[in-house]
Amino acid sequence: MADQQGAGVAISDMRMSRFERLPWRRIILTVLSIAITIFVVVGAYRTLSLPEGQRYTPELWANFVVEGISQGALYALIALGYSLVYGILKMINFAHGEVFMFGAFGSFFFADAFSRSGFLDDSPYLAIAILFLVAMTISITIAFLLERIAYRPLRSAPRLVPLITAIGASLFLQNTARGFWGQNSRGYPLPSVLDGEWTIGFVTILKIQALILVVSVVLMIGLQLLVSRTRTGRSMRAVAEDREIASLMGIGVDRVIVTTFVIGGALAGIAGVLFAMLFGSVDFFMGFKPGIAAFTAAVLGGIGSISGAALGGLLLGVLRSVGPALILTGYGVPSPFQLRDAFVFVVLVFVLIFRPNGLLGSSAQEKV
Amino acid sequence: MVAGLLALSLVGAACANDEDTSASDTGATEPAPGGEVDCATVEFGCVEVASGEPIQVGTLLSITGDTASLGLDSQAGAELAVDYLDGAFDGTMGQVLGHDIEWQHEDDGCSAEGGQAGGTALSTNESLVAVVGTSCSSSALGVADKILGDLGIPLISPSNTAPTLTDPTAHNPFYLRIAHNDRIQGAIVAEFVYNELGLMSAATIQDESPYTAGLAAAFKENFETLGGTITGQEQINSGDKDFKATLNSLAPGNPEAVYAPDFNPACALIAKQAADILPDATLLGSDGCLATDFLDIAGSAAGGFWASSPDVTAFQEGEFYTDEFLPAYKEAVGTEPTSVFHLHAFDSANVIFNAIEQVAIENEDGSLSIPRMALKDALFATEGFAGATGTITCLDTGDCASAVTIGLYEAPNWPVEGGEGDGAPTYSATKSLADVA
Repeated sequence: MADQQGAGVAISDMRMSRFERLPWRRIILTVLSIAITIFVVVGAYRTLSLPEGQRYTPELWANFVVEGISQGALYALIALGYSLVYGILKMINFAHGEVFMFGAFGSFFFADAFSRSGFLDDSPYLAIAILFLVAMTISITIAFLLERIAYRPLRSAPRLVPLITAIGASLFLQNTARGFWGQNSRGYPLPSVLDGEWTIGFVTILKIQALILVVSVVLMIGLQLLVSRTRTGRSMRAVAEDREIASLMGIGVDRVIVTTFVIGGALAGIAGVLFAMLFGSVDFFMGFKPGIAAFTAAVLGGIGSISGAALGGLLLGVLRSVGPALILTGYGVPSPFQLRDAFVFVVLVFVLIFRPNGLLGSSAQEKV
Repeated sequence: MVAGLLALSLVGAACANDEDTSASDTGATEPAPGGEVDCATVEFGCVEVASGEPIQVGTLLSITGDTASLGLDSQAGAELAVDYLDGAFDGTMGQVLGHDIEWQHEDDGCSAEGGQAGGTALSTNESLVAVVGTSCSSSALGVADKILGDLGIPLISPSNTAPTLTDPTAHNPFYLRIAHNDRIQGAIVAEFVYNELGLMSAATIQDESPYTAGLAAAFKENFETLGGTITGQEQINSGDKDFKATLNSLAPGNPEAVYAPDFNPACALIAKQAADILPDATLLGSDGCLATDFLDIAGSAAGGFWASSPDVTAFQEGEFYTDEFLPAYKEAVGTEPTSVFHLHAFDSANVIFNAIEQVAIENEDGSLSIPRMALKDALFATEGFAGATGTITCLDTGDCASAVTIGLYEAPNWPVEGGEGDGAPTYSATKSLADVA
């Protein structure tokens, strides 16, 4: 730098301007991406070349991936709720994590009663279906009320206002649950049909993880069909594109917005039951972390896009589960899994540097 | 109107106190040992308790949140100590030197931040004589012990067990504990795993709080001295729900035992998730795990989980615990104990009351002057005090449990609400700090 300036007096203006005309943004991004690649490759190489005994076995890597995918599928289900609402209202519904929590916590009382009476193990399929229905009903009710009471009156307010309201609603719902049901964790029963695991080759998958995968794939395909093939879906896309024009075309905007919240609530309710079964407990604060993770997933994939939310969720799950072990272990970081949330956020920052609208997001048009 | 009634009742109480004081005066022949103290010049001064006013004692326990079962259990124990001051659990509160005891209950939040907030709340009360607390070591270490110690207020913990708290390099001169030092708990667990269960390899999981880190370190040191191998040491974030990745990363070492000292729900979730990932490993936890919550959350995965804890059956000698204390506890709280430190809290309070009786200056007008330094010295001079948890002799570093009996309890046969069976430990050993030094 000093040399440049010292010589600057003598040299022509042309050289200076050439210096300024360099594509700095591209250079910085290139250097950054090379640095990241080196960091990742070296870390992964060092992890994989650890001596026998300290090294993770292929079975373990498979476990990490399976865990990542199944948790990622849950994040994706919650992320869809964020993404749908954002697509339509351009608003982050920060209370969505609490919609999820209410579904899980509400169904807990049924699950507990079913487990005590033996119904959960005697006719598990019916019992699980009832739990899903209960959780969906509760989550839909909460999402519906949220839209009606907290968001609709503020729809024409500046964008920051509903955002702050959403944070307020989130705290309100959390503390309502705390007031109703206390602050202790409760053990969520797992039906015995879902207890255990299947081994396919050297891949072990817990039955509950398999259920999560199946349920979330079915729901995501269903949602994609709903949005792309049905009348409701077409209205949703129209409202997302331009609310005023859609209204002029005779689309009931209020109804479409309510429908969006209801769909998001239903997905969150199902995710709540699956999450509670996977980790075996519910508490009033359980919506916070998955909520943040799902929001991150939605941003990672490109907020406003359905396939983006799905991709973001799965990617986030796998990154959380595989990333710290694969890369940080190589650098001798003790207990790398402690850093998995930090790891995910670092990845998010880099993704946003390279693709500010997320992986599948586009700045020109925001899809539902 | 209310004020008038209060004034009346105060006068009434004052009269009663006067009678009590004179009665005890005739009984006591020698002057109080603190009689020479000049409150104006002595360091930290004296707490003045006017005639008929209560002596104010604080608690700083984890009474909300995930570990509320630990703190509320201790709080009940401390309150029962006041009930028992008159020699019986009859619901009538006893008195110290003719004065009632008034509690100020604060929350330690089971964290350093909570200890800071609760300790500060207590420190604003100038009449506070001493504090029973904290529940969690992280609330005390360098936080509550310093805030209160700087004001000359002794802090006596019923359940802090982290070795650092009474380590000569870190010990606050106003800090004492009735709970055992985890150097003892860690040593007994290591011996149990190696000698009794015959397991040669183990992994540890801890959340970097003073309590869990201290226990894991004590376990590792003793286990390796015995000849065992530590195959892995993992750290987790307290408050996490997903321990599968952590458990998976311990799997390559193939440990025969996994030692995971923590609080609930972490203990319970580790037990639950390890059932799938490390099905052959024996899981062990600490006294923080041994609570009703564990059995609720872990459900069927609870079976076979070992928790170390003060051996409550050792308290049952003399039948005071089973015949008097437990019925009174159930009467007051409405359930069986939810944790295992209620009796330690009971003793903590009694040690404080005993020290107050030794040093308080009883003035002519029925008021009390309690010199803070003398109170602290009396607490540390506690020797051979017959407590409900055993004989209590306080060392200069604040450890008051001289010989500690630690039992290992196999879930669900636990001595707490929700436990099944007789609640007796499978293995039990007694050690003193000198044994593990």
